[in-house]
Amino acid sequence: MNGLHYINAFFSDNAHWQGYDGIPTRVAEHIQYTLEALALAAAIGLPVGLVTGHTGRGGNALSLIATAGRALPTFGLLVLMTLLFGFGLVNVMTPLVVLAVPPILVTTYEAMRSVDPSPVDAARGMGMSEAGVLFQVELPAALPLILGGLRSAAIQIVSTATIAAYVSLGGLGRYIVDGLYQRNYEKVVGGATLVAVLALVTLAVFWAASRLTVSRGVRASG
Amino acid sequence: MAVDRLSLDIPDRSITVLVGPSGCGKTTTLRMINRMVEPSEGTILLDGKDIQQQSVNTLRRSMGYVIQNAGLFQHRTIVDNIATVPRMLGWGKEKARERARELMERVGLDAALAKRYPYQLSGGQQQRVGVARALAADPPVLLMDEPFSAVDPVVRKGLQDELLRIQEELGKTIVFVTHDIDEAVKIGTMVAVMRTGGRLAQFAPPAELLSSPADEFVEDFLGADRGIRRLSFFSSAGLGLLTAPVVAIDATAEQIAARDTAEAPYLLVTDLDGKPLGWSEPQDLTAGSVDKGQLLSYGRPFVAGTDSLRAALDCAVLSPTGWAVAVDAEGRVAGVVSQQTIAEAIRGAHAEGRTDSKVAG
Repeated sequence: MNGLHYINAFFSDNAHWQGYDGIPTRVAEHIQYTLEALALAAAIGLPVGLVTGHTGRGGNALSLIATAGRALPTFGLLVLMTLLFGFGLVNVMTPLVVLAVPPILVTTYEAMRSVDPSPVDAARGMGMSEAGVLFQVELPAALPLILGGLRSAAIQIVSTATIAAYVSLGGLGRYIVDGLYQRNYEKVVGGATLVAVLALVTLAVFWAASRLTVSRGVRASG
Repeated sequence: MAVDRLSLDIPDRSITVLVGPSGCGKTTTLRMINRMVEPSEGTILLDGKDIQQQSVNTLRRSMGYVIQNAGLFQHRTIVDNIATVPRMLGWGKEKARERARELMERVGLDAALAKRYPYQLSGGQQQRVGVARALAADPPVLLMDEPFSAVDPVVRKGLQDELLRIQEELGKTIVFVTHDIDEAVKIGTMVAVMRTGGRLAQFAPPAELLSSPADEFVEDFLGADRGIRRLSFFSSAGLGLLTAPVVAIDATAEQIAARDTAEAPYLLVTDLDGKPLGWSEPQDLTAGSVDKGQLLSYGRPFVAGTDSLRAALDCAVLSPTGWAVAVDAEGRVAGVVSQQTIAEAIRGAHAEGRTDSKVAG
């Protein structure tokens, strides 16, 4: 049996589409973890990146934090959190957020720094407030790159959220962890396929979001 | 120190140009007027009031600001770029856009460009949008920081002419920074030549700058041909034009003979409308069969009265016969004039110390 057979067998089994361990439930859980972690990471990374990028201050401190964040092993952090605090969603969210903040933070900062300085100078010279300069001039121009940072963070979270299963939580990791334990490779491959599909869907969502939010003038001149 | 104890009285409703070499503090001076740079000491008065007394954004909104490369907002359409300051002042969207469309016309932009984005426009068009955006809220003061430096010379000349035309209509108080002395002389009512450290070398009308530079620095900065350039300020109106050495292409032998006088060694042949065709020696002209290909080029004609002595002299220098052709506004020959006559007119103008108001060309 090769991979395609596993996939076929996994998805054509009716039992896999129902119940608490069914595909819809596990996909919904996985999406939920992803959205929560992404929202948390964005809530930290975006404002800090926007403000430091706008003022141009704190760039060095930022790259230090980002490097440290990237160096932290996600799985190690999960195990450590679980050992310290027991089982729970917070223990899963923390490593996912730590994973996602650096790409969001660093890309947002870089995106803001790379905005053409002359429209910014013109806006200030015309009497635009600093908030106006940030949200009406810099952000629209930096948006494609910022969305790129959010996209890579989202994809990393989608593929890493499988670790939730190691600490008895749900999500698509369940299939992989359980499948490996039960030597049920049909389940393992099926779960992995679902994760890959979800990553592709994430790409599509971000593509659509950028079509909707990035001005035609920026997209074409970018 | 970028600008050290500069004292400058900028006249209302005229163009004051700050010019000087890189690093002379001219841009810093301009940016102090709208408080993009805060002076460490000293005051700047606007209509007698210290600019520090109002909030910085209120001050900036009352001054148009034009920079090099225009600095347009890439994510906004042309019409919304121009409407920026009116929108900040709380105008409704439609009213601001209507005003923006008015300004597009004023700066010579096709109304069809309103919904375009900046990347779809040429550099010259973008700079026009920059000027329109600065004028949108009808500010009394306009600050322009090397606005035309990034476009090619032909487009730059067009933009300069356009600015002079707009200024004639609107009468703003304009402060204009450039490193190009020709641009300063062309558009300035007053020119402030600055040297490193923001010190004022000379503050004078352009004609005076060219005729009597204050010191060696100003003279060097003006360049080698300031004498020729000064001729831009003398009108060609007083030039004695000769109409005798001009014949139409269908002239008879008698007419050609009659026109062949001692005054001029050449005859200018015109077409039937009176437009110039070229020069010829009288003996080479055969009545009824003038070969246009045999005529000597007449160079570039100048418009009598409208163009300056500089343009007239240029025509005479360009012409292989040493004679300049004067035409009227329709391009018909008004007369011809020799280098000698132009030289006499120049000496006369210098002797009178005349500085006519600036003339075109």
